[in-house]
Amino acid sequence: MIHIKVAFLLVSNGSVGAKLGLNFGFFNQGGVVSDTAIERSRVGDFLAIGSALLFAAIGALFATAGKDLPIQIHGGLIAVAAALALIYIITHPTNRVADRAEGYFDGPIRLATLAAVMWGVVGFLAGDLIAWQLAFPVLNFDLPWTSFGRLRPLHTSAVIFAFGGNVLLATSLYIVQRTSRARLAGKWSPWFIVWGYQLFIVLAASSYVLGVTQGKEYAEPEWYVDLYLTVVWVAYLLVFLVTLWKREEPHIYVANWFFLAFIVTVAMLHLVNNLTVPVSLLGSQSYALFAGVQGAMTQWWYGHNAVGFFLTAGFLGIMYYFIPKRVERPIYSYRLSIVHFWSLIFLYIWAGPHHLHYTALPDWAQTLGMTFSIMLWMPSWGGMINGLMTLSGAWDRLRTDAVVRLLVVSVAFYGMSTFEGPLMSIKAVNSLSHYTEWTVGHVHSGALGWVGMVSFGAIYCLVPWLWKREGLYSMRMVEWHFWLATIGLVLYITSMWVAGITEGLMWRAYDSLGFLKYSFIETVEAKHWPYIIRATGGLLFLAGSLLMAINVWRTIRGDEPVDIKDQPRSAAAPELRPGVVAVPAQ
Amino acid sequence: MNHAIFEKNSLILLLAALIVVSIGGIVEIAPLFMLESTIEKVQGMRPYSPLEQAGRDIYIREGCYNCHSQMIRSLRDEVERYGHYSLAAESMYDHPFQWSSKRTGPDLARVGGKFSDGWHVDHMNNPRAVVPASIMPSYPWLAQRPLDYADIADRLSALRMTGVPYSDEMIANAKADLEAQVAPDSKGAKAVLARYPKAQVRKFDGNTAAGAGPTELDAVVAYLQMLGTLVDFTKYDASGPNLR
Repeated sequence: MIHIKVAFLLVSNGSVGAKLGLNFGFFNQGGVVSDTAIERSRVGDFLAIGSALLFAAIGALFATAGKDLPIQIHGGLIAVAAALALIYIITHPTNRVADRAEGYFDGPIRLATLAAVMWGVVGFLAGDLIAWQLAFPVLNFDLPWTSFGRLRPLHTSAVIFAFGGNVLLATSLYIVQRTSRARLAGKWSPWFIVWGYQLFIVLAASSYVLGVTQGKEYAEPEWYVDLYLTVVWVAYLLVFLVTLWKREEPHIYVANWFFLAFIVTVAMLHLVNNLTVPVSLLGSQSYALFAGVQGAMTQWWYGHNAVGFFLTAGFLGIMYYFIPKRVERPIYSYRLSIVHFWSLIFLYIWAGPHHLHYTALPDWAQTLGMTFSIMLWMPSWGGMINGLMTLSGAWDRLRTDAVVRLLVVSVAFYGMSTFEGPLMSIKAVNSLSHYTEWTVGHVHSGALGWVGMVSFGAIYCLVPWLWKREGLYSMRMVEWHFWLATIGLVLYITSMWVAGITEGLMWRAYDSLGFLKYSFIETVEAKHWPYIIRATGGLLFLAGSLLMAINVWRTIRGDEPVDIKDQPRSAAAPELRPGVVAVPAQ
Repeated sequence: MNHAIFEKNSLILLLAALIVVSIGGIVEIAPLFMLESTIEKVQGMRPYSPLEQAGRDIYIREGCYNCHSQMIRSLRDEVERYGHYSLAAESMYDHPFQWSSKRTGPDLARVGGKFSDGWHVDHMNNPRAVVPASIMPSYPWLAQRPLDYADIADRLSALRMTGVPYSDEMIANAKADLEAQVAPDSKGAKAVLARYPKAQVRKFDGNTAAGAGPTELDAVVAYLQMLGTLVDFTKYDASGPNLR
C-alpha cells in the first residue's frame, strides 16, 4: 500500500507530461491505482521517433545517392543505426514512474564505461602497431588500409575521442547527477548522446581507413561527420545543463565547472576549426575554409585546446571528484580550485602558437603563444597541488590502494608534463624539439600518464559502483595493471627523449668544415632502437589495459572477488532520494 | 567578488566561461585576417593546376602530413638542408595547410625538382629500393589506380568559394587541363602553361604507352615536383618593401 501511495505522489507531483495532459490517461479514471504505475511521455517519445526518422532519411539519402563509396557506406551505417533506435524507442515507450523509481540514470553511463574500456584497448593496440611500423616498415603490409598515414589518425582518434571521450561521458554524467542530487535530464537524449557518440567514432575511424580525411591533425573527420558530432555535442551540453538546473544542491560542484567549460569550449573549437566548403553535398570531400597561415593558427588554437580542454579540463573534473571520493578527504583548497579553474581556462586558449615557432606565423603571435604557455605552468601546478594535497592525512592509501596510486601517479604525471610543456614552448628549446620524437614523448607522458592513469582509476572506482558490486574482481590485477602501465610509460618517455634530442642535435650538427654533418636518413637510422624500446613500452601499456578489461568484465559478471579483504571500503554516493531537501553547510 | 554567483547559476557560469575562453582566440586569430603584413607580397604564386590539386588531395588522403612537414623554419641548418625558409605566401592557396608537426621523413616544402620523376616512381613503389634505410610505407597502388578526376571542376569551384582565385576559364577547362598536363606536345599543354605558369607538363609516372590515362601516381609526382618552385626568389628581398 505504501509504494502505491509513493507512485501516486510522484505522478501528481507534476511532470511536464502530466501537466499538459499528455499522459495516456491511466490515472484519469480516478481511485484505482495499480501497483505497476505507468506514466507516458508522448512528447519525448515522439521527438525521439522523429529524430530517428530524420537520421534514417539522411542516411538513406547518402547511401543511395552518395557520390563516393565512403559516404555511401556511412549513409548505410547511419540509416541502420537510426532504424535500430527507432525500433527500440517504439517498443520501449517511456514510463516516467519506473524511471523515477530507478533513481539516478546510469544506463548510458554503464554503456560509456564499457565503451571506454573497449576503445581503450583498440586505441592502444593501433598505437602499438604503428609504433612497430616505424621500427619495421614491412608491417605496413603495402596496403592502403594498413599504412601508417591512415592508421596514425585512427590511433589518435581512438585514444583521444573514443577512449578519452567515453571516459568523459561516463564520469561527467555520473558526477553531475551525484553532486547535483538530480536524475539526468531526459530519457532518450542521454542514450542518444552515448550511442550517438559511438556511431561518430565508427564513422570517423572508418573514414581514415578508407582515405577520407580533412588532413588536419585531431580534426580529421570530414564535414558531414563533423556536423553529426555537433548534434551529439549540443545534446550533451543541453543534458548536462538541464541536469544542473534540476539540482537539489545549492552550489554547483567544482568538477562540474570543469566539465561545463570543457563541453562548451570543445563546441566552439570544433565549429570554428571545421569550417569547410564541401565539394558536393552528396560527397565526402571538402576543403578547409582557411588556408596557410590563418589555417595553421586556427588549427593549433584548436589542436592545443583539444589538449587543454578535452584532455585536461575534462579530466581535471574527474580528479576533483574521484580523488576526494576515493580517499574520503575534502579537496585541499576551495580557494585554489577557484583560482585554478579561471586561470587555467583563460590561459590555455592562448597557447596554440607554440606549435608554430620559427614558421611563417608572424612573430607577435609566436611570442604571445610562448608567453602564455609559460604562464600556464602556474595554474597547472596549482591544480596538481590541489589534487595531491587532497591526500593530506590519507597518504597511507598510496601503499594500500592501487586505485589511489593510479589516481595520484596520474596527477604526478600531469605535473611533469605541464612542466615539460612550458619548457618546450620556449622558442630556443622548441627550435630543437619541434618536429622530433621529443614532442611525441611529451604528448604520451600527458596522454598515457595523466589521461590514461586517471581514467583507469576512475573506471576502477566506477565499475563496482555502477554495477552494485561489493568490490573489484581482483585488486592484484589492478596492482599489475599499475606497474605494467608505469613501466611501459617510463620506457616510452625515456626512449622518445633519447630519440628526439638525438635527431634534433643531428639535424643541426656541423662538421669542422662547416657543412651539415648528417644526411636525413642517418638521423632516421639512429632512432631504430629507441623505436623498438618505445614499441615495447607500448606493449606493456596495452597488456595492462587488457588486464583491466578482464577485471572489469569479471566484476560485472558478478564473479566472487578474490581479494575483497584487501580492498578499501569506498562507498558510492548515496542513492537518489526524491523530496529530501539538503541543508547547506554553514 | 562573491564567487557564489557562478556556483549557483549554471547559465552565468557557462557564459562567463565562454567569454573567458574566447579572448585568446580572438586576439591571436582575428588580426591574421586583417593585418596586411601577415602574408608577404611575392611574385610567382598561383593556384594549383588541376593535376597538382588532384595530387595534393591524394597526399592528404594517404596522410603524408603525419610524417612530412612543408614548413622550413628560419634556422640556419634548415635553410641549408632544405632551402629558403618558407614564406606565408607560399601556402596562401593551401586548403588546408600542410605544414605538419612532425618530421619522421624530411621536409617537402621545396622537394620539387630535387629528384627525377623516375626516382619518385621507384620511391613510391618501394622506398627501400632507392633509400635502403627508409622506414616509409610503400605506395604500390598509386601507380596502378587510374586517377579519379570526374569532379575536378567541382573541386576547383569549391576551392574558389574558399578564396582561391580560380577564374571561370580555369574551372571550365579543369578536366581538359588535367589531361593535357600529362600529354606533352598536345594542343592543350600550351593552354595549361598559359593558365598555370611554371606548370610542368609530362607523363610523370613513366608510363608513356598510347592511351595511358593519368594515374594517381602522375598526380602525386606532379604535386611533389612543383612544391616550392613557384616563388621567384631572385625578386624576393627579405629586407625590402615586402618585409612584413
